Amino acid sequence: MKKIYPIKEVCIGCRLCEVACLTAHSKSKDIILAHTVEKQADGLSARRTLAQEGPVCVALSCRHCEEPMCVAACISGALTKNTETGRCEYNEEQCVGCWSCLMACPFGSIHRHPIKEKIVKCDMCAGRDMPACVEACPNAALIFEDRGKD
Amino acid sequence: MKYLIVGNGVASVGAIEGIRRIDPDGEITVVSEENSPTYGRPLISYLLAGKIGPERMPLRPITFYEKNNVKMILGAKVVKIDAKAKTVTTADGFDYPYDKLLLATGGVPFVPPLPGKDGSGVYSFTTLANAETLVDVAKNCKDVVVIGGGLIGLKAAEALHDRGVRVAIVELAPRVLSAAFDDKAGNLVSKRLNDVGIGVHCGTQATEIKRDAAGKITGVALKDGTFLECQAVVIAIGVVPASQLAKDAGVTVDRGVVVDDRLQSSDPAIFAAGDVAQAKDLLLDINRVVPIWPNAFNQGFYAGKNMAGADTPYGGGLAMNAIAFYGLPTVSVGTINPAPDEPGIEVFDFLDEEHGIYRKLVFKDDRLVGYVLLGEIDTAGLYTGFIRFKFPLDAETRAKLIKGQPSILQWPQGFFDEQFNPVGAQEIV
Amino acid sequence: MAFAPINKNYHDFFVVRDKDACINCQVCVRQCSYGVHYWDEARQCVRHDNTKCIGCHRCEAFCPTQALLIQEKPSNFKANALWRPVFIKNIYKQADTGGVLLAGMGSPVDIPVYWDNLLLDASQVTNPSIDPLREPMELKTFLGAKPTRLEFEETSNGPKLKTALTPNLELNIPIMFSAMSFGSINFNLHVAMARAATELGTYYNTGEGGLHHSLYKYGKNTIVQVASGRFGVHRDYLNAGAAIEIKIGQGAKPGIGGHLPGEKINAMVSETRMVPLGSDAISPAPHHDIYSIEDLLQLIFALKEASDYKVPVSVKIAAVHNVAAIASGVVRAGADIVAIDGMRGGTGAAPAMIRDNVGIPIELALAAVDQRLRDEGIRNQASIVAAGGTRCSADVVKAIALGADAVYIATGALLAVGCTLCARCYTGKCPWGIATNDPYLAKRQNPDIAAQKMANLLKAWSHEIEEMLGGMGLNSIESLRGNRDKLRAVGLSQVELDILGVKPAGR
Repeated sequence: MKKIYPIKEVCIGCRLCEVACLTAHSKSKDIILAHTVEKQADGLSARRTLAQEGPVCVALSCRHCEEPMCVAACISGALTKNTETGRCEYNEEQCVGCWSCLMACPFGSIHRHPIKEKIVKCDMCAGRDMPACVEACPNAALIFEDRGKD
Repeated sequence: MKYLIVGNGVASVGAIEGIRRIDPDGEITVVSEENSPTYGRPLISYLLAGKIGPERMPLRPITFYEKNNVKMILGAKVVKIDAKAKTVTTADGFDYPYDKLLLATGGVPFVPPLPGKDGSGVYSFTTLANAETLVDVAKNCKDVVVIGGGLIGLKAAEALHDRGVRVAIVELAPRVLSAAFDDKAGNLVSKRLNDVGIGVHCGTQATEIKRDAAGKITGVALKDGTFLECQAVVIAIGVVPASQLAKDAGVTVDRGVVVDDRLQSSDPAIFAAGDVAQAKDLLLDINRVVPIWPNAFNQGFYAGKNMAGADTPYGGGLAMNAIAFYGLPTVSVGTINPAPDEPGIEVFDFLDEEHGIYRKLVFKDDRLVGYVLLGEIDTAGLYTGFIRFKFPLDAETRAKLIKGQPSILQWPQGFFDEQFNPVGAQEIV
Repeated sequence: MAFAPINKNYHDFFVVRDKDACINCQVCVRQCSYGVHYWDEARQCVRHDNTKCIGCHRCEAFCPTQALLIQEKPSNFKANALWRPVFIKNIYKQADTGGVLLAGMGSPVDIPVYWDNLLLDASQVTNPSIDPLREPMELKTFLGAKPTRLEFEETSNGPKLKTALTPNLELNIPIMFSAMSFGSINFNLHVAMARAATELGTYYNTGEGGLHHSLYKYGKNTIVQVASGRFGVHRDYLNAGAAIEIKIGQGAKPGIGGHLPGEKINAMVSETRMVPLGSDAISPAPHHDIYSIEDLLQLIFALKEASDYKVPVSVKIAAVHNVAAIASGVVRAGADIVAIDGMRGGTGAAPAMIRDNVGIPIELALAAVDQRLRDEGIRNQASIVAAGGTRCSADVVKAIALGADAVYIATGALLAVGCTLCARCYTGKCPWGIATNDPYLAKRQNPDIAAQKMANLLKAWSHEIEEMLGGMGLNSIESLRGNRDKLRAVGLSQVELDILGVKPAGR
């Protein structure tokens, strides 16, 4: 199963991955509308975010764990692990906004939606050939490949 | 291979997923006294509050059971386990054989010997049926008293309040949420509840449930002399492991069913998981009953994997609670009320009462062992990571955690690569 | 901005931001290392300070909505053929600072680029072209001394070579990466050059910053340089490479030594160069043990002794007025390779006056040296490598036709990895991560990507060279070297034609 591996040694902290992620998850798929209208009105936000300490930085998102803590913590079954695709899937309608997953994920990958009582989490761009963040990275700091079981 | 699971709580779902990771073919049967497939038990307070409808209750879609080839025997209470013959017997007289058995019977509400408790109008709040009943109660009652200011009690109170009932909470400890939170956090929550009109009575206890001549509840008398008028009472003091079945079968039971780090009981064919199990605790060296939803799932998952022969150790449970009260989100994980004489403990907190923000961190020696967050909960996961992975903290990192700035990049060298970029970190040369 | 020194407002570039397209993502704020873009908290949008813009185009390249355009500031001084704006602004700067004007990269002055006056031949009718897709094209070349005569002896297995051959470098293509010291450029680019050179079967030059031990594994494709500061020079270093190069001069700054500002020296640079952290690393103008041609001979043979005569020794000189005589002396002193660096060669830091006014163009120097060595009958004793301002594969072909055995490229390699020739290398703030080892910026050169780009450049040029060679009816570099007849010139004076040894087009 292909997964996204972040390489902190070559991440330059440009945040183009965040721009691409936000655009890919917008309704309009238009980079300008996504960052202006949709961000304001719908609270659209990126699923991949940059972590930075001094000169070291890396862009992180849900790592679609083999044994996800968020799935264990979810009280409504909104988060489930799809063992075929390897994705940790999120069903927004089923979610009740209890924040258990946000608490349980030891990687801090789950964020609150800015407006709704729902969460925001990487979906590995289901429906796209290549995740938007991987495509956008100018320095090959996000690698999308299958490394067997890890 | 025949896998039999008693109970259809979240541990049973975890077990099904765990078994199927290892064994796609073995027979899985779930026997439960409840009438519906697994539902999100904590959602009962959302249901009671009217925030969701009953169609949201199932924890997995009905196709889950087909896809995983699980046979469900519902509405059947298991009354006996024959460990030698390896069968269980249900109340209606049927025997079900097993090769591996998982006890996921959960907990039963603890009801104290309170005068006046017997009779109509006294309810528990742990099952879907309870919630459905209380929906009716809310229609017919003006006032309800909730005995117990813990998580269940507060959620019941909030839900009933949302249904238009006037609610009062009675709590023995000096503050609400005494187990899950500390004074400052507890007070912030109490304040929130008071603001919306829910009465909170701490440091006292119910002495009697008063009834009229016809046997209908008139109110609850408190030790401090107060009399709380009401027409119904919800008892939400806690749950105790439903371990009778195990005891009767000769399995070692302490507070709960004692299991090792494979979730295996003293009987090698019998496993236990969830609120009924006394299993490894991640932070402490002892086995404990930690009746927390994620632990139940994980224990079920690992029990399932081990029943199917994986032989992988369960890392241990963490106390963790995420709960929101009228828009005030709260998170608490790990050890947050350390014993005053426990060595090596250092506690830091930050309180901004005006904005409803609270952050408390508990360190033991050079590790983070617990935290409480109210209001600004966005960094919760990262703090959980520091606890779960037991990172030794240097002074700089510790200072950043205290300031509310945890980051994955503060993790020890190499651990990040193991988790995010295994198979060799980027080779520069 | 108000209350800034007057000089600041004569800055050279300004930023044009398309407000409709700007999404305030702040990528430009993070990417600009000169502090041009910033988040305006009060106006809640990104704004920019044009006085800081030096025209590197990093922001423009990274803007996800193409909202940015970098333009030369149009406010003009009154037209003056003598006092062009650059001279006026330089005086303002020096009146403020009292300091030497520094410059980076190669001289941009407007004097003839002889490559552009030289044209190549092609075959037609009487001498058919060769199709490089169907017939072998030999781009291989050997650098080193060639014997004057070969002696054979008869043995039972046939003739055997008696003459001992001196060590030569074997290049699959006649292009090498020129010297750019670690410290002046990013370590990641040394990794990239090492990998690209290995992949293409050519060489890269360490420059005067020494060789980090993690790169010793690429030693087979490395030329180690010994410059006047002797930075990083120790026995293992000398034995690590496939050749040793003594740097006497550099085309961008003939007559003076190298300068690495203290700000650009981090722990790794300090360790590799064997200099203290933070102090400027200055190479003296002459080697203080080479004050005559005899001294050079001594050093050349000292190095050969130290390396057991196993590797060729190269001497790099700048193209100056007497370059032909100097080159002759260098060859007679025992150098196996003489590398000539023309005035257009790049640098990380040099006084602007020297970069722009000292030295002569490589085309003239190369032709003069090649001719002189032939005249003296010693052309075979050393290979000539030409450096300084090779921009494309056609320049490479012309250089070889003028007499070079191979060319060194440096600026071209940096352009391949993103350099935009803003020429501020000496600041250590290179936003492309090229001329810096600042930990925040150095990551911007991913060695994997850089190696690929450099290798791609060499591959592309190799294919083009094959096409041009085939087009001329040649199938090997051997046949092109010094073959002045394959060139014709336009727009040059008779004297220039004589020096280049090239006929005018039409003849």
